[in-house]
Amino acid sequence: MKREYVDVTIDGREIRAPRGEKILWVALENGIEIPHLCALKGQDPPWGGCRLCWVEVEGRGLVTACTEPVRQGMVVHTDTPSVRRLQRRALELLLADHPMDCKNCPKRDRCELLKWMRFLKVKVPKDLRPFPEKRYPVDTSHPVLNFDPNKCILCGRCVWIAKEVVGCGVFDFVWRGYDIRISTFMGKPLKDTDCNGCLKCAEVCPVGALWGK
Amino acid sequence: MSKEEVEAVEEVLESCPRERRHLIRILQAIQEKLGYLPEDALREVALFFGISPAEVYGVATFYNQFRFVPLGKFHIVVCMGTACHSMGGALVLDAFQRELGIKVGEVTPDRKYSLERVGCIGCCTQAPVVVVNGRIFPKMTPYKVEEVLAKLKAEDELGGDKEQG
Ligand code: SF4
Ligand code: FES
Ligand code: FES
Repeated sequence: MKREYVDVTIDGREIRAPRGEKILWVALENGIEIPHLCALKGQDPPWGGCRLCWVEVEGRGLVTACTEPVRQGMVVHTDTPSVRRLQRRALELLLADHPMDCKNCPKRDRCELLKWMRFLKVKVPKDLRPFPEKRYPVDTSHPVLNFDPNKCILCGRCVWIAKEVVGCGVFDFVWRGYDIRISTFMGKPLKDTDCNGCLKCAEVCPVGALWGK
Repeated sequence: MSKEEVEAVEEVLESCPRERRHLIRILQAIQEKLGYLPEDALREVALFFGISPAEVYGVATFYNQFRFVPLGKFHIVVCMGTACHSMGGALVLDAFQRELGIKVGEVTPDRKYSLERVGCIGCCTQAPVVVVNGRIFPKMTPYKVEEVLAKLKAEDELGGDKEQG
């Protein structure tokens, strides 16, 4: 019979972790920070879209921590030069078309984009901007939920929570390429959707794209 | 949707197993019948597969082949293939957009004209080419755009040119 636990080493610390758990959650639960923007615990399969959660596994190389399960004897490093280089670039790409109107942002105190900018010492990448600027209308039609697609970083959390947890299915990715965005059915105002205002999506949204009134 | 449209959608769904993997095929079949995907048809499809309308919309918008508004009475297709592009296809397209006051993929409010761009349509020697309801207009220039539109308008007033299927 397989043991329920595996022993791994993360940044020199020996940790006993549930078999099959992803590296990201094992590290976080043990107080080791790994930048991440799209992962939510419970996602199966993991989304793996933001490409921020890089770690280096000995004998394996670079992997995304939210998609890679721990294995017996695994040795993980979260803070190597190649890890940081990839993370910084991934974050810069997300910042290339982000509005950066932080002063007026309803989420400025809990913005995860800002959090990882500070953690990774990343600045707004002037050389990448201005990227084709997004100018979508802000939806304030709903009594409790607001949506500003311009701030969306396409992490997919709201789509997942709406579909798999709440079951309302209000959001999905629509269109493609530069035009891709999160949208309601036919881009309807939120008041004309099945949204009942539970605000679960606003809770998981890492930026100021979805927020409660 | 009109009664006929509702029936057409029902007919397509009738013959289909309720498995999400058939989604694209079903959207294609509906567009084939109606010429576009009406909002209510997308809702019906969502209900049929037990998924959210937003998810159906997400899949449908991913592919260029799907339209969400009906074609105009005159469907104008501007070729932007390599030959037509290098012979000034973009200028022709611009002229149509300007004259009609719509962008590619849109329909005029009176539903008379819709505009689309495509890759090579196979008659590069005539570049740049425009096709209206299957009829070819060769060696186009921005100036000729006005002529073509005047011609279509005259035909419209005569009640000519049947709608494209
Ligand atoms: S709206 Fe927020 S949660 Fe949804 S994809 Fe955009 S950033 Fe993520
Ligand atoms: S958290 Fe792993 S890719 Fe986004
Ligand atoms: S490029 Fe226009 S017909 Fe070939």
